[in-house]
Amino acid sequence: MKNFLEHTGIEPGRLHFSWISSAESTKFVDVVKKITHEVKMLDPANKRYVKTEPKVD
Amino acid sequence: MKEYTEKIREIAKRLLNDGTVDMVIGFRKGTLPMMNQPHIATCTDSADELMWDSNCGLNLANYVTDRKEKIGIVAKGCDSRNLVTHVIENKIKRDQLYIIGIPCSGMIDHHKITAMFDTDITSVKESGESITISGNDFSKKLIKQDVLCENCAACTHRNPVEYDELVADLVEEQTDVDPYESVTEIESMDAEEKWNYFEDLISPCIRCYACRNACPLCYCPTCFVDESTPQWVGKSQDPIDVRTFHLLRAFHCAGRCTDCGACERVCPMGIKIREFTKKLNKDCLELYGWEAGLSLDERPPLDTFKTDDPDEFIK
Repeated sequence: MKNFLEHTGIEPGRLHFSWISSAESTKFVDVVKKITHEVKMLDPANKRYVKTEPKVD
Repeated sequence: MKEYTEKIREIAKRLLNDGTVDMVIGFRKGTLPMMNQPHIATCTDSADELMWDSNCGLNLANYVTDRKEKIGIVAKGCDSRNLVTHVIENKIKRDQLYIIGIPCSGMIDHHKITAMFDTDITSVKESGESITISGNDFSKKLIKQDVLCENCAACTHRNPVEYDELVADLVEEQTDVDPYESVTEIESMDAEEKWNYFEDLISPCIRCYACRNACPLCYCPTCFVDESTPQWVGKSQDPIDVRTFHLLRAFHCAGRCTDCGACERVCPMGIKIREFTKKLNKDCLELYGWEAGLSLDERPPLDTFKTDDPDEFIK
């Protein structure tokens, strides 16, 4: 799925997968920090996948 | 192709007469050129309508889902792989099926042929490897090989993988073709180019869902696009809704798609929808060594777990 989305134009680094047990709070914090950092390094996603208002021609 | 037609009729009549099957699913001549219709023959009279030529590109596995009768079905390579997928997914039992195997030499691309002419085509005749297209004031001979559907031109499974009887001798499989040529090309683009490529690709989409309806894999009682509680995807033609539909539709086919090309064949806008599923097919082949529908005894990669499954994507 990661391959597929990146194939259709989602930048590498925007999509993250992780397996975190409910007991691994520290891992959760670390992963979230890492993800937010990495995603902030990329430019804004140009509102891709965010619908704002109906498009009228 | 005349021999194929005669043989199909002969087999269908025999099966219907001796009660081996309750119906034979095949093709009959369509009302428009290059548009053959699926046909369900339940008596020997209607078996006479069955026929075969290079316009039988729809996937007949679509018509056996959840049926309880005994069914004779005409199947070329891709149909037979989808029948195997149906059996694996418990949508039909193997012993309900009598598969009439068609060694296939490819189907012709009606989008391509229609685009070649400015006026309406009124008849398409086929003899051997040549195809004669004619309209009101023209007639042109084409070579079948030049107007094959893209998936047929790069097909590596022309012979049925599972069958009870063949209508002709097996054909030679193509080995010097690369079905994933266009995928490799897209892979070499950067993220922005990829995004724009797919944006252009699906921009003509009118959300008619013909691709879903023609696909033998799309048998959910209620499709995610039709559900309203919850509504998974917007019904508008907003580029984001259109893309969401195409991504999800393709991903539902991951590890199951046989690249039969039915989706592209029925698309009224001529969108190359297979660009999505082809990437998933290529990934399945590279990551799991899997091609859909080749064996009744193997489970598909997305419903099994192995400790050595590739996991580079997860941290």
